This record gives sequence, C-alpha cells and structure tokens, in this order.
Amino acid sequence: MNQEREIYTVSEFTRAIKFVLEEDFPDVWVEGEISNFRVPNSGHAYFTLKDKNSQLKVVLFKLNKRLLKFEPEDGLHLIVRGRISVYEPRGEYQLIADYMEPKGIGALQLAFEQLKEKLFKEGLFDEAHKIPIPQFPQKIAIVTSPTGAAIRDMLRIIDRRFSNVHIIIYSVKVQGEGASVEIARAIKELNELSHGKLVKHGEPAEPIDVMIVGRGGGSIEDLWAFNEEVVARAIYDSKIPVISAVGHEIDYTIADFVADLRAPTPSAAAELVVRDRKEVVQNIIGLEKRLINSIQNMVDILRSGLTGLQERRVLKSPLDKIYELQQKIDDIGLRVRRSPLLIYKKFTEKTFHLSRSLFILNPMIKIERSKEILSELSKGLATTIDHRMEIFDKRLKGVLGKLDALSPLAVMERGYSICRRLPDLKIIKDESEVEKGGHVNVRLHRGELICQIEEQKP
Amino acid sequence: MSEIKFEKALKRLEEIVEKLERGDLDLDKSLEIFEEGIKMSRICSQKLKEAEKKIEILTKDESGRLKAEPFEPSPETEEPSEK
Repeated sequence: MNQEREIYTVSEFTRAIKFVLEEDFPDVWVEGEISNFRVPNSGHAYFTLKDKNSQLKVVLFKLNKRLLKFEPEDGLHLIVRGRISVYEPRGEYQLIADYMEPKGIGALQLAFEQLKEKLFKEGLFDEAHKIPIPQFPQKIAIVTSPTGAAIRDMLRIIDRRFSNVHIIIYSVKVQGEGASVEIARAIKELNELSHGKLVKHGEPAEPIDVMIVGRGGGSIEDLWAFNEEVVARAIYDSKIPVISAVGHEIDYTIADFVADLRAPTPSAAAELVVRDRKEVVQNIIGLEKRLINSIQNMVDILRSGLTGLQERRVLKSPLDKIYELQQKIDDIGLRVRRSPLLIYKKFTEKTFHLSRSLFILNPMIKIERSKEILSELSKGLATTIDHRMEIFDKRLKGVLGKLDALSPLAVMERGYSICRRLPDLKIIKDESEVEKGGHVNVRLHRGELICQIEEQKP
Repeated sequence: MSEIKFEKALKRLEEIVEKLERGDLDLDKSLEIFEEGIKMSRICSQKLKEAEKKIEILTKDESGRLKAEPFEPSPETEEPSEK
C-alpha cells in the first residue's frame, strides 16, 4: 500500500509546484489595482495587485523600478508584465514584475502629473520664490543645443531688437539619455560662474543677468528632459532668474512651472528678455522732456509770482490813509503764499485801537502819534516784504542759474560752455559786457572755471 | 556713478518725473531731484551706448575648466519656417 503512495516532502512538493508554475507562466500580463505598496531598505518594491475577488503578490526589483517613469502608489490601476515565481521558504507564489504601466493614461503623462503634484507640495512653484526678470539684461546665458533651430531663432531676434548684449551659450544635449543631468549641471555652473565661484578660462567672473533654458518643439519624449526632477531643482536653486522656453506654445513642462518666467517658445523668450532698442531710447527721451518741462513750469509759476509781488511795491511810499494801507495789506495777504498774515492781523488790531482812541480821546495829539506808529508799522511791513522778495529773488536766480546750467546739457557735453560775468552771473554774449581785469565764471560740461579778463577783442 | 544699473537709473528717472509732475515739492527739493533726474537720464543713455555685442559659447577644456569662445550660429540648412 505504502509503495503506491507517492509521498513528497514539503520542499520537494514546493519545488514541483515551482517548476510547473514557472514553466507555464514565464511571461504574463496582469491587470489590477495596487495596494499595500512598500519599498524597504533593499530598494525593491513589494505590493499586492488585486481586483474584486483575488489578490496577487508582486515584487518589482530595484533595477526595474528605476526604469519606471512614474511612481507606483496605492490605488493606482496597473497593467503589469512579469513572470510567476514561487518563493520556496514560504510556499508562496508571486509575480516578478519587469515592466508596468498605468492603465488608461500614458506612463509619461502620469509621471508628469505625479512630479508636478510633488514639487507643487514642496513649494517649488511658489510665486514668492520667483525672481523678477530684469528689464534690460546686459548679459544673457542660454542653455540649449548650439545646433538647434531654437538658438538660431533666439539670436536672430535678439540681434534685430537690440544687438548690444552679451550672450553666453552653454551647450547641452536637450534630449535623450543624460540630457536632464547636463541641463541641470549647466544651470548650476552658470550660477557659479556668475557668482565668481567658477573662474572662466582667462577671464574674471562676471554676473549673468538672466538665463534662458529651452529647446525647440518635439514630441513629449523629446521634451522629456525638461520634465525631470533634477532640472526642476536646478532651476529652483538658481540665483540667476530663469526663463523656460520649451517647445511650442501648447507644451507645458515641469521646467515651465518652476521657472521664474515661462516663455511659450524660444523666440518668445528672446522677445521677452530683450526690449526693442528704439522703444527704450524713445522712452528715455520722453522722460527727459517731461523732466525739463516740469521744472520749467515750476520756474514759470515762481517767476510770475515774483512779478506780481514787484508790482505791489508801492507800499514803500509813505502812507497817509489807513484804508489804503489796509487794502494793500489785504491784497498782499491774498497773493503771497505764507503771506505775512501775522503782521496783517497785528496791524488791523492796532489800527482798530488807534482809530478808536482817535475819536474817543484827544484827536489831534492822537492823530499825530498814530501817524507815527503807522509809519513805523508800514515801514516794518515794507521791510518784511522787501526782505521776503529778496530771498525769493535770490532763490529764483539760483533756480534759473541751475536750470540754465543744466538744460543745455547736450550742447555742453559737446564742448560748449557758458560764460557768466561775476559777480552778477549775467550770461555774456558780447565782449563789451565785461571789463579788462574783471572776472567771469565759465561753466563747462563738468565743473566751472573762474577766469580773469586779460584782453578784449571786438 | 556708472555703477548704477541701467534699470535702476531708469526706474529712478521715472519716479523723479512723476514726483516733479505732481508738483507738490518745494523748490529746493524739486531742484535737487531735477538734477538727479538729469544724471539718471545721462546714465541711461550712456549705458545704452556702452553695452557691447558679444556672442560666446562655453566649452570645457581638458581640465574641466570652462572657457568662452566666440560663437557663430550654424548656417541654416533647412527651411527657416520649421516653427
């Protein structure tokens, strides 16, 4: 009886099962949902693939895992390829996966979404971290392929708009194996170059104002380097502002989200970074015009104010009638900003008292006396106004002097100078306006000269 | 004075023009910033003139050091309207 039974040890039986299973399922595709995904220190990934009724243990070894573009995670619906293997110590079978892809969505697409989500959570896309792009960069670095259409387009545009810039091209592979690492290194090294840590052969380090990182259009695989984490981090770490310029307008890459500015295409990046020279020059000319106009206006206003004051100088004449004086003071009070209000007030009070006493008390004596006081007061008032006008006049002369000296700048820059007689600073247009031995002030483009007249020729 | 960056000078010039046009400054202050404005305008023009055109490509020598060489874009071999 015993001989009819074939008795296996556990090991033998397990080995037999292993043989059958591994022979029959060397290459299968299985579809299911990931659960219990974990990666211990070994770096291999273990998880369970399940559907409504069953579960399958899956292992994905480190080497194969590294080739995945996306990160597997619980809940993800996958299609997995691999072979069945039996793990003898436990008598368990499992699927050894060598490839897997997300179901319903491309692996690259998923990888893109996952990295985007991850970096977003980490804050790599934060607006607050973005560096403003300088409006007029003088030194521009371009990280791209030196042979592509992108670099040609960019250089053509920069040349057309504003050729006076310094461009540094850092040549990199923009697609294929190792491209992302090269791009990231380029960004890092340009930063070091710009900040003096890396010395360029034979030349001192010089700051780079802005950097364009990009390439021309292509398939999602072609553009993939710009979706890699290493590039994203290099852009994030860059102290030089980075403009991303990858592919066409519709292409969005991770680099675009991290960059300080996204340009829809390389050509657009060139246009963003280099202003049109004509516009710039026009703008400066316009500003200078407005500058001179506004100070000119101010001086005109002051000048007419002064003329107004001068016309009121009749105050100097002796006053005999209270009314007249009051009227004049009224007038001045209205006209002069920060007018001698105090004086005016004091004066009207005084006149009020005076006129009262004039009528109530002894008229004749009081009249004489009040005349005296009035005359004193009016003198004081006139002096005050004179004094004010003097100050005013001086300041105005100062303004005009400075203005005259400044506005014909363009002319003076060419070597012309302004000659003014001392001490009154009258501009000399005729030799007869000065005398031999007299002094003149010659205002040059830079600085002034004080000169003595030795000889005059008509 | 030429240490001031073009952008800074331009920005300052714009500020000054706005301030002056508002007209609420006293005379001394106006003159002071007017002079500054003229200076800024000069710096801007100067900077525009002095910038030089240079296109370089960085390459590495045997010891891995970066060196810059003049760059000539490769002649267009295909139709330019690739994009």
